[in-house]
Amino acid sequence: MDDHILDMRAIGKEFPGVKALDHVDLRVRRGEIHALIGENGAGKSTLMKVLSGVYPHGSYTGEIVVDGRPAAFKDIRQSEAAGIVIIHQELALVPQLSIAENIFLGNERGGRGLVDWRETNRQAMRLMAAVGLVEDPEAPVSGIGVGKQQLVEIAKALSKEVRLLILDEPTAALNEADSAGLLALLRALRDQGITSILISHKLNEVTAVADRITILRDGRTIETLDAGSGAVDEDRIIKGMVGRDLDHRFPPREPEIGELLFEVEGWTVDHPTVAGRRVVKDASVTVRRGEIVGIAGLMGAGRTELAMSVFGRSYGSYVGGEVRMNGRALRLRTVSEAIDAGIAYVTEDRKQFGLLLDEDIRRNTTLAALRRVSKRGVIDLDREVVESERLRERLRVKTPTVFQKTGNLSGGNQQKVVLGKWIFTEPELLILDEPTRGIDVGAKYEIYGIVHQLAAEGRGVLVISSELPELLGLCDRVYAMNQGRVTGELPRREATQEAVMRLMTDSATPAGTVAP
Amino acid sequence: MTLLDKLSKGDDDTPPEQITEKVADARTGVAETLRKTLRSNVRQYGMIVALVLITVLFAVLSSGKLLTPLNVTQVIQQNGYILVLAIGMMLVIINGHIDLSVGSVAALVGAIAGILIVDWHWDWRLVLVAGIALGALIGAWQGYWIAYVKIPAFIVTLAGMLLFRGLAQLLLEGQSIGPFPDAFRDIAAGFLPDLGNVQGVQFVGISDFTVQLKVGPLHTLTLVLGVAAVALLVWTELRARQGRRSYGLPAGPRSLFVAKLVALGLVVMLFGYVLASYQGVPVVGLILIALIAAYSFMMNRSVAGRRIYAVGGNEKAALLSGVKTKKNTFWVFVNMGALAALAGMIFAARLSAATPKAGVNFELDAIAAAFVGGASASGGIGTVVGAIVGALVMGVMNNGMSMIGVESDWQQIIKGLVLLAAVAFDVYNKRKAKN
Repeated sequence: MDDHILDMRAIGKEFPGVKALDHVDLRVRRGEIHALIGENGAGKSTLMKVLSGVYPHGSYTGEIVVDGRPAAFKDIRQSEAAGIVIIHQELALVPQLSIAENIFLGNERGGRGLVDWRETNRQAMRLMAAVGLVEDPEAPVSGIGVGKQQLVEIAKALSKEVRLLILDEPTAALNEADSAGLLALLRALRDQGITSILISHKLNEVTAVADRITILRDGRTIETLDAGSGAVDEDRIIKGMVGRDLDHRFPPREPEIGELLFEVEGWTVDHPTVAGRRVVKDASVTVRRGEIVGIAGLMGAGRTELAMSVFGRSYGSYVGGEVRMNGRALRLRTVSEAIDAGIAYVTEDRKQFGLLLDEDIRRNTTLAALRRVSKRGVIDLDREVVESERLRERLRVKTPTVFQKTGNLSGGNQQKVVLGKWIFTEPELLILDEPTRGIDVGAKYEIYGIVHQLAAEGRGVLVISSELPELLGLCDRVYAMNQGRVTGELPRREATQEAVMRLMTDSATPAGTVAP
Repeated sequence: MTLLDKLSKGDDDTPPEQITEKVADARTGVAETLRKTLRSNVRQYGMIVALVLITVLFAVLSSGKLLTPLNVTQVIQQNGYILVLAIGMMLVIINGHIDLSVGSVAALVGAIAGILIVDWHWDWRLVLVAGIALGALIGAWQGYWIAYVKIPAFIVTLAGMLLFRGLAQLLLEGQSIGPFPDAFRDIAAGFLPDLGNVQGVQFVGISDFTVQLKVGPLHTLTLVLGVAAVALLVWTELRARQGRRSYGLPAGPRSLFVAKLVALGLVVMLFGYVLASYQGVPVVGLILIALIAAYSFMMNRSVAGRRIYAVGGNEKAALLSGVKTKKNTFWVFVNMGALAALAGMIFAARLSAATPKAGVNFELDAIAAAFVGGASASGGIGTVVGAIVGALVMGVMNNGMSMIGVESDWQQIIKGLVLLAAVAFDVYNKRKAKN
């Protein structure tokens, strides 16, 4: 008989009109890393909210058994008291407070309303050592990178005597090196007897680290796979997630590459506030018509900075370099000049930089090209509906009308709306920054199809992505960047993960290994 | 195929007929359409319902005095300057900012108008234009600090509140200036001229739940304007419906459309009739109608208005979509300054004096009107009509409570609670919509 730390039986949860969970079973063995995967909307987050008491006992059906005893958590405090801690994708740290203060936030060391700072820092050091975080415990959290902030969250969980650690998309914002480090930490914690539930869209990580995998689809448990020692591969998982065989994760494509469209030469940019800190150094990139070109790089390599500074100087301060479209040199000092020149930049952070979340699909779609639906500054509202409806149909945004608020859409649909907004500007060159971040496999496949179509229409596409398989599967040519420089360029047939990774880490500190 | 001609862009693989079909799928019955419209606009309709309820409540409590033609006219004249401010404030709040200085700006411009007209004997029309220009200049000053230097509007306009109040006191040396010539006073207290003395059945009021009428003169121009307004309304609505049809978009059930037109037309006619039973449309009423129409059009239909919403909704996303966000915010404050100046001069005209204490707490009334009328504190949400309805809710409450003898301290307490309740209702609705 297996020793289960958690047994969720026949969990059901309904929202008005929606059955979010329908008899979901999840059994987690003590001391394993259990991956929970499924498309967006499959019910992973809802299930974890039921487990952690965000949805209190009584608001769901079914039974939760922790350590063989039935549990009825009314709120997060009670689940944490039982040793269950959840770390959300959006980190819950206070940026202005120090690492130590964050670790013990709400759980302060000391007594009678006073904080014992020496004890706080001493214990923080101990916990930081346990997660391999080398920093000054009194340093503010805002001053350390996202990867380290993630470690602070885990240290915080450890301070609560965690026995079951739930990580929701922990590596979504991390670079390859930090991701590898985090996964190694999970293994180390497992060896110390801490059980983890890992929610992730990155299937390579799941196959690399998980002992068992439970797949959810449409609010039901599909299956639980034993994944020890690489017994399960990504295609097997994808099959379970989407319920059909995916021969390829990328739609087929016959590239038709035309003449030179876009060139950046000797592009050099400084940090916007730190004078003299060079962020992009003498970078040169070209894109041909009909070509999909990738830029690989670790976090902080300067990829987004390169793209945004080219896009109407929306980042940093320009130092030097030239941009040419169709052989003509351009001076793009504002975003609207860049849009007029036929460049579109689809941001990596759709919620913060891409969408008006309070407004509907229609008004988001036309925002960057209002001139296309207006005359002398007056908008033709009917035409706007028709045009945005066409794009909604074409991109298969899954809503009944264009009058849906974008804030209520799933990540994949939001990404399609942002893409639609930029397609509506009729660009010659699209720069896609992390086009599939945080969206499910099905939506990814559709987005790849859209990218192919854009290239087939003779546009140039420049893709920035932190997922190497995505770059290799999508692109005709891949550049690698490291520390602000373009360190190399590989055509599709030479671009293997190893080769690209070598360029990405060229002349830099060793940055961990690629997950298999 | 008219649709094909209109959609000339050839970069799309969806045939237009399919879109038409798809959109037409959403075509539904009367009840369904009504339910959907109401649900998606809970806030707006809720506020109008609240305004009607408050009006009925005070009409009953005051035994009908609230709805006499004289009092209806007075409510408009008493609140004219707040309504002007509320329109500008709505734009500022939609843009994601706040303006605390409008009362002081109104006082300063009122003071300067007083000096120019009373002491220097300038022509009042010239002063009106110069005053609005000065207000725009003050707005540009504040807009510069807010938009380009990026100092929070709260701080810049708090400084402005002190600065312009002080300037007004300095210019007036603590004294009031007056009286103004009649022509200037008419901006706030005058009426449109009549075309001729037509006898008719006047509306006197409602008492004991029966409508009181009597034979007497009616203001003819007001009646004509009322009919013209209804005609204009029907024409624009018909054109809009035709426009939707020509794009193959569902236009909604015909019966509902007719019912809406009849209801709106009746409201306009009734309102015109009530005003005509007294002295007709006040000048300030005409100014307001023009402002409401112009600003509603701008916010609903113009590129500039759309960008004001975008900057308030998500400034970074707007910037990355090619919106010149700084310029946008700058002009919103220029506009606010101009409207504050207009409000200041209307107020001075109403008092027939420029006083250093003019406009105290106007900013709070305007901000309250915007929030009661559905603005979101985080920006990006709100309508011009909402600001008007919000200001009228507060104005009718002021008027009604005074009429039934509620002490001014209690008036403040009740207004405070209403403001909080309106916004709480909003937050509650949003939360419900999310779950």
